[in-house]
Amino acid sequence: MAELIAWVLVVVIAAYACAGGTDYGAGFWDLVAGGAERGKRPRGLIDHAMAPVWEANNVWLIFVLIVMWTGFPTMFQAVFSAMWLPLALAAVGLVLRGAGFALRKPSRRLAQRRIYGAMFAVSSLLTPFFLGAVLGGIASGRVKVGTTASADAWANPTSILAGLLAIAATAFLGAVFLCSDARRFGARDLVDYFRLRALLAFAGVVVLALIALPVTHNDARYVWDGLTGGAGLLLVILAAVCGLATVLLLLRRSHGWSRYTSVASVALVVGAWGFAQRPYVLPTSLTVTQAAGASHTLRWLMIVTVIAIILVGPALVLLYRLDTQGELEELTDAETVAARTPGDNL
Amino acid sequence: MLSTAAILANTPAQLLPAREQMAFTLAMHILLVPFGVALPLITLVMHHRGLRRGDAVALLLARRWSAVMAVQFAIGIITGTVLSFEFGLLWPGMMGRWGDVFGLGFGVEAWAFFLEAVLIAIYLYGWRRLKPWTHFWLGVPLPLAALMGAFGIIAANSWMNTPRGFSLDANGNPINVNVQQAIFTPMFGPEYWHFVVAMFMTAGYVVAGVYAVGWLRGRRDRYHRLGFTVPFTVATILTPIQFMLGDSAARAVFHKQPVKFAAMELVWDTDTHVPEYMFGRLNSDGTVSGGLKIPQLDSILAGFKPSTQVTGLTSVPADDRPTIVQATIAHWAFDIMVTVGSLLILLALWYAWSWWRHRDLPRTRWFFRSAAVAGAACLVTVECGWITTEVGRQPWIVYNRMRVSEAVTDTRASSLWTMLGIVIVVYIAVFGAFLAVVLKMRTRWRIADEGSAAARAALPPETDTPYGPRSEPEPAGAASGGGSDSGSGGAS
Repeated sequence: MAELIAWVLVVVIAAYACAGGTDYGAGFWDLVAGGAERGKRPRGLIDHAMAPVWEANNVWLIFVLIVMWTGFPTMFQAVFSAMWLPLALAAVGLVLRGAGFALRKPSRRLAQRRIYGAMFAVSSLLTPFFLGAVLGGIASGRVKVGTTASADAWANPTSILAGLLAIAATAFLGAVFLCSDARRFGARDLVDYFRLRALLAFAGVVVLALIALPVTHNDARYVWDGLTGGAGLLLVILAAVCGLATVLLLLRRSHGWSRYTSVASVALVVGAWGFAQRPYVLPTSLTVTQAAGASHTLRWLMIVTVIAIILVGPALVLLYRLDTQGELEELTDAETVAARTPGDNL
Repeated sequence: MLSTAAILANTPAQLLPAREQMAFTLAMHILLVPFGVALPLITLVMHHRGLRRGDAVALLLARRWSAVMAVQFAIGIITGTVLSFEFGLLWPGMMGRWGDVFGLGFGVEAWAFFLEAVLIAIYLYGWRRLKPWTHFWLGVPLPLAALMGAFGIIAANSWMNTPRGFSLDANGNPINVNVQQAIFTPMFGPEYWHFVVAMFMTAGYVVAGVYAVGWLRGRRDRYHRLGFTVPFTVATILTPIQFMLGDSAARAVFHKQPVKFAAMELVWDTDTHVPEYMFGRLNSDGTVSGGLKIPQLDSILAGFKPSTQVTGLTSVPADDRPTIVQATIAHWAFDIMVTVGSLLILLALWYAWSWWRHRDLPRTRWFFRSAAVAGAACLVTVECGWITTEVGRQPWIVYNRMRVSEAVTDTRASSLWTMLGIVIVVYIAVFGAFLAVVLKMRTRWRIADEGSAAARAALPPETDTPYGPRSEPEPAGAASGGGSDSGSGGAS
C-alpha cells in the first residue's frame, strides 16, 4: 500500500509539474515579453489563456503537500526542516504570483498593471526554481531525517541544475500551450512568436540536461544510476522521444498534438525520477516502507484519492473542454455595467 | 509567577515568531473564508431570482458579485496555500508525529477545494457564452463543495482539540490509527456547524452591509434594496440558529475540554455555584479585576443548575494550562463573540418584526446603520471565535498530547523573525491592493449606475465589446419602485 501511495505522490507531482508548470511558463514569457507596448499582445494572450484555469492548476500543489504529510509524515517533517528557506521563499513567491495575476486583470491603469505584472512574472520565475531546487536536494540525498536547515541542502550543483531545469521545462510547456492558444484565439502572429520560444526553451532544456549529466554523476549518484538504467532510463528515453515529437510537430505547425506530447515528456521525466528513487523517498536514507504512515490511514488515503479522481476528474475535463472550446470568457465591463474612472488609461 | 518563568525558560526562541506568523497568516486568511464558503450560495440565490423572474437587476448584482468573487477567491487560494506550507515550515514536529493520524481530513478538504476551484472557474467565466440555466446549474454544486472543504479543515482542527483514534506505543508514537474515530472526534460536530453557519452569516451581513451603506447615502433604488435584502435575509435566518449552535458548542467545550472552558470563563478553582464574568481581567492569584460579575450564572449556563460543578484552571499544573494572559485573551474573545451574537439577534428580531408588521424594511436610518456595522462586527466575531479555540487550547497544539513548543521547527529564531517581517509586508500589500481593487470596482459601478440614471437615453457606459444582449442599465431606474417588489423580497 505504501508503494502505491508513493506512486500517487509521484503522479500528483507530475500533474503539478505539467499543469502548474504551464502556468509558470506563461509567467516566464510574460516576464520576457518586453516593454508595455511591445509586450502588450503576448501579455494579453497570456492573461486571456491562463485566467480560467490557473487556480485549478495550482491546487495540485496542495495535493502534493497533503499526500506527503498524511502518507509519509516523517519525510514531510524532514523535507520541511532541511529545506526551510527555499520552501519559505517558494511560499512567498506563490502569494506574490497569485496576487499579482489576480489583481492585474481588474486594474485599468498602466502603472498599476506594471507593478502587479512584475510581481506575477518575477515570482513565476523564482517559485519553480526553488521547488526544483528542493527536488534536487532530495534527489542528491541531502535530506535525511533530522537534517537541520542549511544552505548546502539546496545551494548545491544538483539543486541549482534542477531549479534551472524546472524553469526551462515550464517555459517550454508554457510556450507550447500559448502557441496553441494563440491559434485558438486567432492571433496568427503570436503563433509564430510562441513557436520560436517553445523551440528555444526546448533547446534550453536539452543544454541543461547535457550539463547535468556529468555534474550530477557523483553528486546524486543513486538517482543518476536510476535514471541511466532500467525502467528509469526507459522513461527518460520515452520523454526524450515525446520532446522531440513536440519539436517536430512545432516545426510542421501541427499544433493540435504538440500540447499532449509536451505534457507527456514532462510527466515522463517526473515518472523516471520516481523509478530512479525506488525504494527510497529520501535517497539513500529513508525508504518508502520506513517513511509510510499508519496502514489504516494509507488505505483511507487511497479511498480518498479514488473519490477525488471520480469527482474532480470529470469536472476538470469539463473545465479544460469548455476552455479549449472557447466557452469560458471573462466578464467584461459591459456585462457588469462598469464605467471608467478618471486616471484610467487602458 | 515562578511557573511562568519556568515555562519561558523551556520555550525555544523560535516559538514566538512561529506562533506570531501562524496567528497573523491565519487571521488574515480567515477574513476571506466566509466569502469563499458562502458568497457562491448568496450569488446563486440572486442568480436564480434573476433567471426565474427575468429580473435584470438581480442578474446584474449576481454578475457583479461574480466579478468580486473572482479576485477574492484567488487571494483566498494563495493565502490558504501558505497555511499548508506553514504546517511544514513552522510545525514540522506536529506533522511528523501526527500527520498520518489527522492528516486525512485535509485530503478531503483538498479534493473538495479542487472541485470548488474548477467549478468556480466555470461559473465565473461562464457568464458570457454558456446557456443561462446550464450556467446556473453548473454553479449549484459550489456551496456543497464549500461545505465539504470546511468539513476537512474542521475535522483536523477539532482533532487537535479532542484527539482520538490512536493509541501510543512505548516511545509515545501513535499506533493502531483509526481514521473514522480521528475524523469524527467529540468536538467535530459542534465546531463544524458553528463554523459553517458563522461563514454564511458573516458573508450575508458583510454583503448586505455594503448596500446598507449605499442606502444610507441616499441611493434608495431597487438595486440597493435587492442587494441588501437577499443576503441580509439569509443572515438573519441563520442568526438565532447560530446562537443555539454557539451555546451548544460552548457546552461541548465544557464537557470535552474543561480547562479551555475554565479559561474562556475565568474559572480559577473547581467549584459549584460559579459566577459568570462579563469581561474583566484574571490576576495571578485567581481573582478577577473589573468586569461584570453575575452570581451562579456560569454554573447554570454549563449545566442548567447552580449546583453544576465547573472545572477550574488550577485543576491542572500551571504549565499544562493557558497562562494568565492567554486565559484573559480567550475570555475576552469569547465574551466579544457572545456579545456581538446577542446584538445580532436583536437586529434579526427588528427585521423580522418589521416584515411581519409592515411587509417592508424598517424605515429608520438606525436600522441601516446597525446593518452596516453588523458586517464588520461579524468579521470581528469570526476572529474572536478562532482566537477562543486556539488560545484556549494553549499550551497544547494537540490537546494534552503535544505542546506547541514540541512541534515548532528547529529553524533559527532570526530566520523566522525575518520571514515574519516579509510575510507581514507582503500580506498588508496584497490585502491593501485587494481592497483597493474591490473599492475601485464599486466606484466604477456606481458611476455607471448614476450616469445611466441621470441620462438614460444619453451616452451608454463605454462598451469594449459588441457582445449581444447587454442587460439594460436599469439599476437606478426603478428608484421608487420598491413597493412593487416588497411582497417577495424577503422570501428568498
